[in-house]
Amino acid sequence: MALRSIDILTQTSQGLYCPLGDFHIDPIRPVKQALITHGHSDHARSGHRAVLATRETLRIMGVRYGEDFAGATQEAPLGKDIRIKDVTVRFTPAGHVLGSAQIAIEAGGTRIVVSGDYKRAEDPTCLPYEVVPCDVFITEATFGLPVFRHPDTRGEVRKLLDSVNLFPERAHIVGAYALGKAQRVMALLREEGYDKPLYLHGAMERLTELYKSEGVPLGETPKVVAAERSKLAGAIVICPPSSIQDLWSRRFPDPVTCFASGWMRVRARARQKGVELPLVISDHSDWDDLCRTIRETGAGEVWVTHGQEDALVHWCTMQGIRARPLHMLGYGDEGEAEDPGHPSAAAGGGDA
Amino acid sequence: MNRFAALLDRLAYEPRRNAKLRLLVDYFRHTPDPDRGYALAALTNSLMFKEAKPGLIRGLVEERTDPVLFRMSYHYVGDLAETTALIWPHPVSGEDKTPGPGHNNPPPHVPTISEVVETLATTGKSELPARVAGWLDALDETGRWALLKLITRELRVGVSARLAKTAVAQLGGVEPDEVELIWHGLEPPYEALFAWVEGRAPKPETSNPAPFRPPMLSHPLEEEDFPKLDAADFLGEWKWDGIRLQAVSGRSGDGRLVRRIYSRTGEDVSGAFPDLVEALDFEGAIDGELLIVREGRVQSFNVLQQRLNRKAVTPKLMAEFPAHLRVYDILTEGDEDLRHLPFSERRRRLELLVARLDDPRIDLSPLVEFSSWEILAAARSDPASVGAGPDADAIEGCMIKRADSPYLPGRPKGYWYKWKRDPYLVDAVMMYGQRGHGKRSSYYSDYTFGVWRDGPDGEELVPVGKAYHGFTDEELLKLDRYVRNHTVNRFGPVREVEYGKDRGLVLEVAFEGLQRSTRHKSGVAMRFPRINRIRWDKPAAEADRIETLEKILERGEKEIHPLKGPMIEQDTGGEAP
Ligand SMILES: [Zn+2]
Ligand SMILES: [Zn+2]
Repeated sequence: MALRSIDILTQTSQGLYCPLGDFHIDPIRPVKQALITHGHSDHARSGHRAVLATRETLRIMGVRYGEDFAGATQEAPLGKDIRIKDVTVRFTPAGHVLGSAQIAIEAGGTRIVVSGDYKRAEDPTCLPYEVVPCDVFITEATFGLPVFRHPDTRGEVRKLLDSVNLFPERAHIVGAYALGKAQRVMALLREEGYDKPLYLHGAMERLTELYKSEGVPLGETPKVVAAERSKLAGAIVICPPSSIQDLWSRRFPDPVTCFASGWMRVRARARQKGVELPLVISDHSDWDDLCRTIRETGAGEVWVTHGQEDALVHWCTMQGIRARPLHMLGYGDEGEAEDPGHPSAAAGGGDA
Repeated sequence: MNRFAALLDRLAYEPRRNAKLRLLVDYFRHTPDPDRGYALAALTNSLMFKEAKPGLIRGLVEERTDPVLFRMSYHYVGDLAETTALIWPHPVSGEDKTPGPGHNNPPPHVPTISEVVETLATTGKSELPARVAGWLDALDETGRWALLKLITRELRVGVSARLAKTAVAQLGGVEPDEVELIWHGLEPPYEALFAWVEGRAPKPETSNPAPFRPPMLSHPLEEEDFPKLDAADFLGEWKWDGIRLQAVSGRSGDGRLVRRIYSRTGEDVSGAFPDLVEALDFEGAIDGELLIVREGRVQSFNVLQQRLNRKAVTPKLMAEFPAHLRVYDILTEGDEDLRHLPFSERRRRLELLVARLDDPRIDLSPLVEFSSWEILAAARSDPASVGAGPDADAIEGCMIKRADSPYLPGRPKGYWYKWKRDPYLVDAVMMYGQRGHGKRSSYYSDYTFGVWRDGPDGEELVPVGKAYHGFTDEELLKLDRYVRNHTVNRFGPVREVEYGKDRGLVLEVAFEGLQRSTRHKSGVAMRFPRINRIRWDKPAAEADRIETLEKILERGEKEIHPLKGPMIEQDTGGEAP
């Protein structure tokens, strides 16, 4: 007889927990054994006794937290079964950022997939998402409303390049999350044939170097020298979202404020951030892809971790798929998963 | 439609006038006829079709979406057209992309703006929903948004008709006023206009018998101007608290008298004032102020506003709010262009015309006699004392015009000045700082301030206004730093700062007037508030009390001026967000 799903995976105050394997996935507080889906700081935290993650995710954590971010680390090879006590786990690409993976847990004939954050859209900086058939699919719902449909990224990048051509005397300051989005935007610009230097805010430098060392070609990416900002007319500058409105960005020549995020789909959100050139580029699934992925996994049950849970749960229910929101706290504090328009985000998240 | 949509999308986010202009010029340069002409018509609100109602759009989208998901989405996005544009399902494929456009489903035909406009003009009410649905199927998110804004006539991308025409002019290096002069003789899609500015054809003959002519505008009079100006060179007039209009009448080819009323920016507003249009029994163009006059007495701006706010112009409305034109200049008479004549001469011609008209709805703005600036200053501060009589309340200052000034379009220097009443001053305490827009979006540059009043727990500050100018760039840096260093609460782009009896920053606020307002906690709304001085030295406890403002109100102060100047009324009271 197949095990019940809740025997395989439950929720504790630390996050998702597998009692049969005695490990947590993306725990929000230090635990004995953590399996990490990807390097965003709301999923990958420091201080665990042991961490199992892809090689790239471990490298990212090392860059962000220092090499001693965990007591012990173990590399999870993609697509290989790993036995942990009474369960088998397997890491499969999630298409979210470099090194991101879904984690499948199997025991007693039941398979649960914890997808972490994922997207189906093309991304030159990481491996594409692979569908893993399962009984229970655990999904995020950052953009879980049917108004979120991400357009072709090429069109968005062209919008930026058209603006650079039309306003050659101004600097284009592109806000992008430091891990993943920034490098994806750079790679997309290169794909569109932009071959001038892409100027980086200091906060992007180390992760960008890491991407390059993993074989992602990003071209010339000099760091912005504070004193030289006023000379960067016509340049494209990539910085963290919190910097687009900060003192730092004011010294560029007549800056055009751009922001690459799925949130830019909604006008009020873009205006609220003072964005003049919104670029709808997201590392999360849009509504169509959330629905399509749930269908393709063939899961009879869906748990929704964070984001717009209610709408996605409603959709599942209408499709005859059992679904429930997990109302998980602590996710969405880094990167796109944070709704910039949400008051709590503004209050807690500083200027981001 | 895609190109037009991309333009609107960019314009909607772009705060800078010059950047908007560049986007427009670029669009006109790279878009063929007749698409660019219809785009120009859309931007200048010159398209002739009946707008689609929100109900039609709602009906279409509700047929195609899950009601629960639609409601959640609408709630999140907050705008019907935008929600519809975003949620509109892919044709055939539903939310599942896979069977979308492919071999068996060729992509639907994306309409051009010309097709949309031409179809709208000829499509009956019953066919409209299916047409719109077909277009929405074919367009992408931005295209759908632009289409819905276009067909509901809600473009609102911050482009005035004047700016759009300026862009056309820039295309060929002609003066915007030249475009303006022939504009009303032209029709969408303006192929003759583009051909002319691009040097491919002669200037189009304007057949418009009653064209708009760009008005002459004045400069505010500053203290330092006085020594340079000789009172003997100038004529004085009252500055009326109404709305500037241009009334034009001329014979068409068939001898008919065509009468039109234009706003200051050249919008044809004749439809709103049939009672005034009727009175334009002359051939020429005159410049004056729209006022409401009841029993010979000019009513306050507030009364005028009540008429402007009504959509339907009924006989009852016209009887209750009789429109009146108080004229101060004449631009043409018959075939004669008078604009090169000195003001004193035009004034003489105007007096003759008004006398000939002999219509109670049109009268002359009287001259204010003065022989020195001191005398004019006294008149300005008390118009009733020098013959303004019962109309004194509708006067907001003086105009002074050089007697020899020609009538020049735009705001030429050295001819016309407006001299408003001295502003009111109040010491208030900063309560919130908000990020500005455009260039100032990285600064906390909009400040909500309050004055003291008695609350349930002793004295408390109540917000009375919001100001975002009056300070120098240097002061802005200091204010911005102050907000950042004294934040106690954050609400999106707004920060609440420290304030209380023993802490807080006092701002000396200058403003032009006060209005009672139920929308604001304090019950008052300020007109043109600005930071006059930053009182780093003054303790918050010594800021003014609400009674100071009440007293100004009681002195019969006038109302706020929502149609003049930039963004005055919005948020003036600064309720906590
Ligand atoms: Zn993530
Ligand atoms: Zn996340």
